[in-house]
This record gives sequence, structure tokens and C-alpha cells, in this order.
Amino acid sequence: MQDRYSLAFRLYPYQRSADQDHANPVWHKVIVVGGGPIGLATALDLGRQGIPVVVLDDHEGIGMGSRAICFSKRCLEIADRYGCGRPMVDKGVVWNLGKVFHDDRLIYEFNLLPEDGHRNPAFINLQQPYFEKFIFEQIEAEIAKGAPIEVRGKNRVDAVENHADHVSLKVMTPDGPYEIEAGYLIACDGAASPVRGMLGLDFEGRVFQDSFLIADIRMKNESFPTERWFWFEPWFKSGASTLLHKQPDDIWRVDFQIGWDADRKEEMKEENIRHRLDAMLGKGIEYDIVWSSIYTFRCCRMKTFRLGRVLFAGDAAHQVSPFGARGANTGMQDVDNLGWKLGMVINGTAPETLLDTYHEERAYGADENILNSTRSTDFITPKSKVSLTFRNAVLDLAEHYEFARPIVNSGRLSVPCTYDGLSLNGPDAITGGPARSRVGSVCPDILLGDGYLLDRLGSRFILLTIDADAPEVMEEDGITVTRLALSATDDASGALAERYLGSAQTGVYLIRPDQHVAARWTDFDEHAVRAALRTACAKE
Amino acid sequence: MEKLNLKPNLSAPDDFYADLIAAHEGLSDDDIASVNARLILLLANHIGDCSVLRQALSIAQNPSGEKAAG
Repeated sequence: MQDRYSLAFRLYPYQRSADQDHANPVWHKVIVVGGGPIGLATALDLGRQGIPVVVLDDHEGIGMGSRAICFSKRCLEIADRYGCGRPMVDKGVVWNLGKVFHDDRLIYEFNLLPEDGHRNPAFINLQQPYFEKFIFEQIEAEIAKGAPIEVRGKNRVDAVENHADHVSLKVMTPDGPYEIEAGYLIACDGAASPVRGMLGLDFEGRVFQDSFLIADIRMKNESFPTERWFWFEPWFKSGASTLLHKQPDDIWRVDFQIGWDADRKEEMKEENIRHRLDAMLGKGIEYDIVWSSIYTFRCCRMKTFRLGRVLFAGDAAHQVSPFGARGANTGMQDVDNLGWKLGMVINGTAPETLLDTYHEERAYGADENILNSTRSTDFITPKSKVSLTFRNAVLDLAEHYEFARPIVNSGRLSVPCTYDGLSLNGPDAITGGPARSRVGSVCPDILLGDGYLLDRLGSRFILLTIDADAPEVMEEDGITVTRLALSATDDASGALAERYLGSAQTGVYLIRPDQHVAARWTDFDEHAVRAALRTACAKE
Repeated sequence: MEKLNLKPNLSAPDDFYADLIAAHEGLSDDDIASVNARLILLLANHIGDCSVLRQALSIAQNPSGEKAAG
């Protein structure tokens, strides 16, 4: 079995499994295909719930190359829920300031201006291999505590058959093939998803006729500030657009838009990469090229993310352009959404139809991402003469007039999607309640004394009461809801009232295990809470 | 929804028309396209309301208001 890429970290060397010596295929509750960030996070979520999960990956560790570098606040909040957010933030580069250039002119600057009271910054930059390694280290920590997670390296899935009540797989290893079965199969095997191909499923969308050259460089003597610099039509002519972004370890990511007709082989030669970099950085600046790659992209998604016992997550289910950091960040939200639902279905506390809402909610999120990322792409790489004329008119005006700056689109940075109007939503019954915490949205974080609100939510249903009465614990048809009682006076900054009450005096929030708001009221009503809980678990 | 004003509203129609033509005089086709694009963006921002702008875009594409063939 030849590796398709070299490894940054060899974490799970091939070991012969007892499954390989069985005469009949061994059955597992959940098998995850793909040990990238999404597959590993899925295993972590399920394993933490005590659900046995086996991850199959055709390599023995994490692939080289920074690839995804920009991780959003929501992504870090999810990682916090899994226990691995802190090392990411500690290692990552926090940035707030962005600069937008046209040709040789600074058009404007923006500041992400992080809001107070959130544990996590708006974004960190971190090479993908580190992100994956921190998830894997958490998996090891959970295994040590008894979590039933197993990661099998050099286990390549060669065939998949989807049956009514299980999935059967043929797996190739260095010791030859074996067969296993899964109650559920989660395909997290990337944009080119072999599982998707084996099942003959569609992946439709739009191909963008452009290619991008990425180079990660380590500066020897010079330094750039920790800012995001984006050039439209840069004066140094190294690409139709260029992005410069800082990563940990004194490494900078440079991303050149080099056109659809670029000769990949020619462009990947170090001398040619250096030619572009030298034009940008100026003569005499010394640097090492740590990694480089050329990529093209599509904006696509599967028609359905669930096919019976097979579920798709991350790039396997949907792919977007890289503008806006919506790849890995969206994939982590898939995991966040799928984990508790699959857990409840497997434990028998929710009907299997709950899994259909995984598709409903995450396809909605994918569509939002594809829309945003397509719009960014059309602005960054205008597809027609008139589109270029308008794009440059916006840039011309933005340099001198504030009004045009919101139209400039160098990537709308990923924010979590709000599941407006979808089927798990209960009543949104706080008159004058803030829009940002409406039903379907992710709970905004709050600093409460020496801890954060989100750390007190998550992984279970919570009834958050703010200056309202409610029972401490409720049971409904096998589901437990635990109360978290707060008072608006718990937060002297007023953020709790501002983010959760608006003009109301009291609030009662039913919050899902993925920290999304399922329903909200001003006062506790047992009948209403029970009904909303049933709705949130697809029991109605 | 606010309606796009389709009644006469210009304080000095002849002056505006003369200014509009003068702004484009002697320019290449590319420069004309750029001036017009900037003009549209400035005016659009002044109007602000996207539903009004959509009405204007629709009438600009199809002044007679009839459904385009095909």
C-alpha cells in the first residue's frame, strides 16, 4: 500500500486487528472512514458519549501541508466541548487586523473587533496538521479514560455495501483484505470521497476556472505583522490576487491566484515560485519554502448527506472555495450536529428520523456557505468584463469613500449558521428577545465570574433560566434536561441580559447538546418545555 | 415595501441630462463603463433599500414590463 502523501505526524501505525482473523465479518456500532479533522472529531464526539467507534484511514497519520489554516470561534468552541480547544488557541496565531490593497494602494483596514465575554477569539491561524494532532491527542486522552475509540492506520476501504440495517465494508491492509460491518458508517473521506464514489452518489455544483498557488514560507530575517493582507491586482504581478497570512512557527502563507491555464508542473518549480515571491517581497529578502501546492476548487454538495445507514460529513458532503475559511470550520459544525443525534439514535432515546435532520440542518448550512463563498469568488475572480468593471469600480470608490467598503468581498469570514425555520425548532416566544440568540442559533458565549457560559452547556440538553423558576431536572421519554439557573445580575457587564433577554425581564432557554437554541420563552411552562424537547429530538 | 418612484422627480431634467452626457464625453468605451459603474454604485448606496434597487434593475432590464421571450 503506497502512501498518496507524506506525513507530518505518524500517529497510528498499522497494527493487525483481531477482526482480520475472524471467519465472519465483525460488526461495529459505528465506523468512520477518514482520519482527517472531521473523522477524528466524529470519533472523539461519539467516544466521549461511550459509543464504540472505529476509524479507518488509509495512511498512518496526518498528512503534510498546512491546507486549512484559519479556524473560527465556533470551531474552537466545538473543540472546547471535546476538550481540545485550549492547545489550539495556545499554539495558534490570533489576528484581528486585515488590510485590503488594490495594485500598490492600501484601500482600507478592518478590525474584527472581538466582542468581550467570549472565551475564544474570532479566528486563529493554525496549520491543519496541528489542529488534527490536538484532536488526536484528545482521543488518546479519552481512550486512557476508557472511551471506546480505535483508530486503524493503513486500513483502506475498497468496497462499501449499504444494507437496510447495516453497512458492509471490504478493507485492504498491508496484511491483505478483510471484511467488517457497521451499524452506521460516517464517511469523512474528503472532497474526493471514495465512499461517495463507491455508492455511486452525486456531487454536483460549479467548478471555478481558476487555480491558486500556495506557498508556506519561513522568513529568515524579516517579519511581517500579524495581519491578513489581501491584494486585488497586486502591483508585483505575482497573481491576479494575493493573500498573505501569518501562521505559527514564523511561517507565512502566501496564496497567489494564477489563472486557469497555469502550467501546474512549471509553476510548482521552486525557481518559479521564488520568482513570484521575490516580486512580492522585494529583492534580498531571505526565506525558505516550507510547503507549496496548487489547487483548484468547486462549490458542490451532495443532494443528501444521509443514505440510510451511511452519513457524510465535511468535504465529503460539501465543498466550498477557500475564501472565508468555510471548509474545516463547516465540517466541525457537521460533527457537532451529527454527534448527539447519532448518539441518541444508537442509545434508543430518539427515533432514526432524527438523523434526517442532520441532513436538513447541515445541508442548509452548506448552502449558506456555498452562497457566501461563491459570491466572494465572483468578486475576487470576476468572470466577465462587466463583472471586472464593477469590481474595480467598487475598489476605486472604497479607497476614498467608506460607503463602498462593505461591498468589497475578499472572503466573508465563516460564522456559524442559524437553523432558521427548520423542523427541530420549537417556539421562539421571548417578545423583544435578541435576534442573535433566536431559536436555531448557537448560544453566544458570556463571561460568568471566572468561567464561561458555553463551558456549562453542551453534550446534553440544558434548560437555561435567567431570573425564572424551573425544576432542576426533568425527564421526558428517556431524555434528561438539566437546569442551569442564572440571574442577569451574575454578569456585571450586562452582556447576559443583552445577549439573552433583550427587552425582556426573564428568559427560559431549551438548549441542545450542540449549544444551539431549541426553544425559548420568558417563563417556564412544563408542557411547553416537554413538547419542545420532543420536537428537538424528532419525536413529534 | 417602498415603491421605486416612477413619477418625474428631477429638479432640473435638462441640466441633469446635459451633465450626464458631459461626464462621458471624450472617454474610451472602457472608461465610460467605469464611470457608469461608479455612478451606479454611488446612486445605489444613496437609495440604500435593496427592494427599490431590485425594482430598478428589473425595469432597466425590461423597460416595457413584458416578460422576455424564452
